[in-house]
Amino acid sequence: MGLLAEISGNVNAIGYGLAAIGPGIGIGILVGKALEGMARQPEVTGVLRTNMFLGIAFTEALALIGLVAGFLFT
Amino acid sequence: MLGVLVLPKLQTVLSAKSEEGGGFKAPSISEFFPGPILFEGTLFELTRINAIGLFMTGLLCLFFVLAFSKNKFVPRGIQNLGEMAVEFVQVQIIDEILGHKGARYATYLTSMFWLLLAFNITGILPLMHISVTSVIGFPFLLAIISFIVFNVEGVRANGAGHYLKNNLFPAGVPAPIYVLVTPIEFISTFILRPVTLTVRLLANMMSGHLLLVLFFGATQYFLIESAGIMKAVAIPAFFMGFAFTLFEILVSFLQAYIFTLLTAVYIDSATSAEH
Repeated sequence: MGLLAEISGNVNAIGYGLAAIGPGIGIGILVGKALEGMARQPEVTGVLRTNMFLGIAFTEALALIGLVAGFLFT
Repeated sequence: MLGVLVLPKLQTVLSAKSEEGGGFKAPSISEFFPGPILFEGTLFELTRINAIGLFMTGLLCLFFVLAFSKNKFVPRGIQNLGEMAVEFVQVQIIDEILGHKGARYATYLTSMFWLLLAFNITGILPLMHISVTSVIGFPFLLAIISFIVFNVEGVRANGAGHYLKNNLFPAGVPAPIYVLVTPIEFISTFILRPVTLTVRLLANMMSGHLLLVLFFGATQYFLIESAGIMKAVAIPAFFMGFAFTLFEILVSFLQAYIFTLLTAVYIDSATSAEH
C-alpha cells in the first residue's frame, strides 16, 4: 500500500490550536454571562465590565502560555 | 535621537527590497532581537527597542512636566489633557478597585498605566513598529515591582504572620485539607502572579507584532514577487494588516489597563484584613 497522504509543517501550530480551544470557550461563556447580567441589570454595568476584563485576563493567560510554548519548545 | 531610531528600520526595509525573488519569509522570533545600534560591546549596549523605550519615556515625562508645571485652578490647554490622563486611571481603576485606600498607590498605578500604554503603542506607531513590551525585560521588571509592592504593602497592613496566614491558610478550610491547599495557594500567589503578569503582556504584544509582520510581509510578497492574478491577493492581505493595526491599538490600551487593574486587585487583596 502506497503513501496516501503526507503532512508537513510544524507540530507547534497544532499545539497552539489545541491550547486555544479551552480559553476560547471560556471567554465566550464569560463575556456572554457578563452581557446577560448587564442586560438584566444595567445599573451594575460598571462593576460587571471591570470584573469581566479581570476574568478575561485570567482565562486568556492559558492561550498565551500555549503561544509562548510554541516558540519555546522548537 | 529620532534618526537613530529610524535609520536601522529603513536599512532593513531597503535590504529586504533589494533581495528580489527571496521568497516569502515568515516572521520568526528573531524579529524581537535586533542588533545593537549604540555603545556596542559596553554594558550600556542599546538595541533599537531599548532606544525606542528611552525615547517614549522621555516623551511621556515631557508631556506630564508640560501639563503640570504651571498648574492653574481653571486648567487650560495641555493641562486639560494631563488631568484627563490622571483622572482616567483614578476613576476607572483606583476608585473602582481600591476605593479609599487608593490615594497611597495613585502615583504608582497612574505612572504604570501611562508608561505601559506609551510602550505598547509603539507597536503601531510609524517608523518604530515594535512594542518595547514585546521583549521580556520590561514586562518582567514591572511585574517584579508590582510583586514587591503588593507583598510589602500586605506585610505593612497586616503584619508578616497575618499576611502569610491569610494567603497560605485561608479561613474556613478543614485542617487536613491544608496539605493540598497551602502549596496551591503558595504557587498561585507568590509564583504565578508575577509570571502571568509578565507572560500576558509579553505574549499579547509579541503575537500582535507577528500578525502585523505576517500580513504586511504577505502584502509585499504578493504585490512585488508573485506573478499575474496572484498579485490581487495583496489587497485582502493589506486590509487584514490594516484591520489588525486597529486591533493592536485596542490591545495596547487593554493590556495596559489589565496590567494596572490586576496590580490594583493584588494590592487590594493583600492589604484587606480577611477574605
